[in-house]
Amino acid sequence: MIGTARYWREIPQRYRYEAARCTACAHVAFPPRTLCAKCRGRAFEPCTLAGEGVVETFTVIRVAPAGYADEAPYAVGLIRLTDGVRLMAQVVDCDLARLAIGDRVRVEFRRIRQDGESGILCYGYKFVPAT
Amino acid sequence: MDVGIAGYGAYVPRHRIKVEEIAKVWGADAPAYKKGLMLREKSVPTPDQDTITLSVEAARHAVRRAGVEPRRIGAIYIGSESHPYAVKPSGTVVAEALGMTPEVHCADFEFACKAGSEGMFVALSLARAEEMDYALAIGADTSQGAPGDALEYSASAGAAAFIMGRDRLVAVCEATYSFMTDTPDFWRREHQFYPRHAGRFTGEPAYFRHTAACARGLMEKSGTRPDDFRWAVFHQPNGKFPMRVAQELGFPRAKVEEGWLCPTLGNTYSGASPLGLTAVLDVAAPGDRILMVSYGSGSGSDGFIWRVTPRIEEVRDLAPRTRAQLEDHPVYIDYGTYAKFRGKIRKPCE
Repeated sequence: MIGTARYWREIPQRYRYEAARCTACAHVAFPPRTLCAKCRGRAFEPCTLAGEGVVETFTVIRVAPAGYADEAPYAVGLIRLTDGVRLMAQVVDCDLARLAIGDRVRVEFRRIRQDGESGILCYGYKFVPAT
Repeated sequence: MDVGIAGYGAYVPRHRIKVEEIAKVWGADAPAYKKGLMLREKSVPTPDQDTITLSVEAARHAVRRAGVEPRRIGAIYIGSESHPYAVKPSGTVVAEALGMTPEVHCADFEFACKAGSEGMFVALSLARAEEMDYALAIGADTSQGAPGDALEYSASAGAAAFIMGRDRLVAVCEATYSFMTDTPDFWRREHQFYPRHAGRFTGEPAYFRHTAACARGLMEKSGTRPDDFRWAVFHQPNGKFPMRVAQELGFPRAKVEEGWLCPTLGNTYSGASPLGLTAVLDVAAPGDRILMVSYGSGSGSDGFIWRVTPRIEEVRDLAPRTRAQLEDHPVYIDYGTYAKFRGKIRKPCE
């Protein structure tokens, strides 16, 4: 469970997939950082992640953590986007028995979790089959 | 000065449930429901989809077709009867996801199934008044029908979004007209989970009176006749009502079928006639004239006359077409999964 303030701070990344590209080496940091993990550069320009990619690997969660039990079983994948960035996210609307490494996926805006019955609703990115 | 639609987009969830699957749970006569409602299946939202998520996807498609910078869109109006929050706008989340904030006017609209067309009317009016360059209107719902009720066979999910403006138009608005009375045919009281309706009263004095009167008033105001239109789109709470009102008004079936999504989509409430319009725009030719009439219980109808421009051919394939979303790769689910998805199963508090 994350707090409202932290969720709010992460809206640019969760909603709009905003990242930062190092002006020295073009490495893309998602979420944005103050120091480039590749060249230690400190100058970045804003960029937006590509909305499509492939499943590089994945696992199927059958015993889910609190708040996600109703969704089990569900897939969590490491997605390599067409711009080279990798990120972890749920892969939904797919047949778990047929989900495979190399499958093409695209991003969709989904509800990620809800803070109990009366708390805020948290939104963000998940991936769905590209076809 | 022309004003109209600069970009449009649709979103339909991938999951479906067939009438037979619902009917067998309640011991109902599926062929009779299919014939009576002229409906075979409906869309179902997953637990991680709601009016906000559907709106974001439809609006992103609209932005792509409009080709405008989101920060130039000065207003967002989402019409729905299933806003996820009782207090807190859906529009703030959608505007933030699109990158429209912070200089944007926002309101969530409600008027049963015509909340979407209300937003379209207001967005058009703001563009016409030159209050802003563009305004975004969305009709979206993840509607619920009580278990075993006739509504359960039709209540579905989907969204349509329109960016209204004065340039980059794919369809010019030639006329609008609204017709409204206080007619309590369908309602949901505060804190109630499911809506209620007045059975057959939802027909003649409600849907048919308002839809037909709005269409007739719109044609009279604009000096048009059914022959002047290539396409007509009516609110579609089931498959039968729009076909019958079209016949009464003198629109042949061929002019209605393209925007008649209900037989395989169900009733998307605030998204219904707006989604029908997106399906027509997907195939319409420049110069085609479209009559669109919404209906919302309570009751009222908003009517629009659209004239398609040559730009439609440049933009329609910049985002997924509506019928492609409806027909490609549906995932059929059983009633148990449907009941879980729609929160119909009561669980102990955690």
